[in-house]
Amino acid sequence: MTTVQPLIRARGLVKRFGDFTAVDGIDVEVLPGEAFGFLGPNGAGKSSTMRMIGCISPPSGGELRILGMDPVRDGPAIRARLGVCPQLDNLDPELTVQENLTTYARYFGIPRRVARERARELLDFVQLTERADSKVEPLSGGMKRRLTIARALVNEPEIVLLDEPTTGLDPQARHLVWERLFRLKQQGVTLVLTTHYMDEAEQLCDRLVVMDGGRIVAEGSPRALIERYSTREVVELRFAAESQEAFAGKLDGLGERVEVLPDRVLLYVADGDAAVAEVQALGLTPANVLVRRSSLEDVFLHLTGRTLVE
Amino acid sequence: MDGESGAVIVVDVASSARARPTRSRVPAFAVLHYYLVGYRRTWRAGVFSSFLLPVLTVLGFGLGVGAYIDQGVDGVPYLDWLVPGLIASTALQVALGDSTWPVFSNFQWVKTYYAQSAAPLRVGDILAGHLLYVLFRVLTTIAAFLLVTGLFGALRSPWALATLPVVALLGLAVAAPTFAYSASVSSDSWLAMLFRFGVIPMTLFAGVFFPVESLPEGLRQLAYATPLWHAVDLCRAATLGVAPQWSVAGHLLYLAAWALGGALLARRVFRRTLVV
Repeated sequence: MTTVQPLIRARGLVKRFGDFTAVDGIDVEVLPGEAFGFLGPNGAGKSSTMRMIGCISPPSGGELRILGMDPVRDGPAIRARLGVCPQLDNLDPELTVQENLTTYARYFGIPRRVARERARELLDFVQLTERADSKVEPLSGGMKRRLTIARALVNEPEIVLLDEPTTGLDPQARHLVWERLFRLKQQGVTLVLTTHYMDEAEQLCDRLVVMDGGRIVAEGSPRALIERYSTREVVELRFAAESQEAFAGKLDGLGERVEVLPDRVLLYVADGDAAVAEVQALGLTPANVLVRRSSLEDVFLHLTGRTLVE
Repeated sequence: MDGESGAVIVVDVASSARARPTRSRVPAFAVLHYYLVGYRRTWRAGVFSSFLLPVLTVLGFGLGVGAYIDQGVDGVPYLDWLVPGLIASTALQVALGDSTWPVFSNFQWVKTYYAQSAAPLRVGDILAGHLLYVLFRVLTTIAAFLLVTGLFGALRSPWALATLPVVALLGLAVAAPTFAYSASVSSDSWLAMLFRFGVIPMTLFAGVFFPVESLPEGLRQLAYATPLWHAVDLCRAATLGVAPQWSVAGHLLYLAAWALGGALLARRVFRRTLVV
């Protein structure tokens, strides 16, 4: 049996800021070629974890190895082999699209000629070739994000870290980013991303951990997590009345679990249509009925009792 | 990061376009290169403040005010006496201007330092590269200034060229602590204060426009404490071809102390902000 060495290995990893513990002893292993996700709401400790992996934030405790090296001692050597796409774009708005790539390439010791060539390829990859010579300032949010991703690839990294890669983008721009990231994944680049969008995690991640309050509450592939922590289908019932609570009581015994949210009631069942028929048989008349497949949102709700996006 | 003191890894990336790059040979030069690319786009806008303005000051004060000062100062025409003072104060203005808003922006607005710290650069490289750029700005501005004042015939000695290393040192002496200051303030209104309560009084009282001997004793001691006065005295000695009031070594050491102290302080503040 051959064992694959993990590219990232964390054991009991802790990050404290004064009295506040942002990351509270997590164990993580990321294997080569994997797309690995940290899913959780804002403040779950995802970004703090990413910053430690990006070797710009020294761990407060536990053990962390990236590419077999110690991020505190070998920071520059590790960062030379990482690509980082931060949560907020920090491109230079005064430089052109291409200059943003070529100046960044210099930090990695990439010669001018090679940098230019690579910038050309990367702009082609993120579909910004036509904007190569225009300034960054007037670009749309989606274009800036793609340029930031291109910049993260300028050193041909072994691991690409993406912190909330599509937060703040409109749906069309998000899909374009996902599609590019999926292409990268197909090329065998190891992706590590944080997100609070369950659809993003489902689309991109081979494996993910669900984080809440600085801890990992579940780990596995999106499918495995849904199978373990949720039912096959979910019935969403919206009642016209002020309180959903009153109706929820009458649904007892229906399906495996009932979750009551401020604006709707979720019914976790194996067969959605059958459950809807049962609801109607009880004489209840919800204003709105939706049958859907379980998602990671449901997994999160089950594990923490809260929704991901408030 | 505190432990980042390993040797710089040098990899021959030129041998193959696909070779994996590791680090720049001199990482601070890669950082300097970034600023120079930006400079290529913006230098025209900076020409007025950093070059035309001092030339206008030379014309206004040197020729205008100078016409009323019949006996000159220290036995030389007022224009000739004033020019070295303006060389030093212009260097101060450029160094201060380039280490206030640009540094603040690199932390707060454009966040350039954060982008750089994700690359294989150390905090010291990020700081040194930006300081090198400020040095470049000071030196190019003063070189142009020397050219113009030389054409006016206001430089009386070939020693005038020695003002270049002097303003370089002055530039570091004021830029390095200002980097630390700009990195620690929470709002950019603190930056304007630095000009109001630092640059303007310094320029007025550190011997640029009139000899510090004309100041009352207390103010004179204050003038001696400013880095500007030390550079003014050296520059004046250079362009007039006379001995400075203080020992050259004393001046240089004093300026170097500001530069070194400032750089250490700036590195500490940068590290505290970037590596958290």
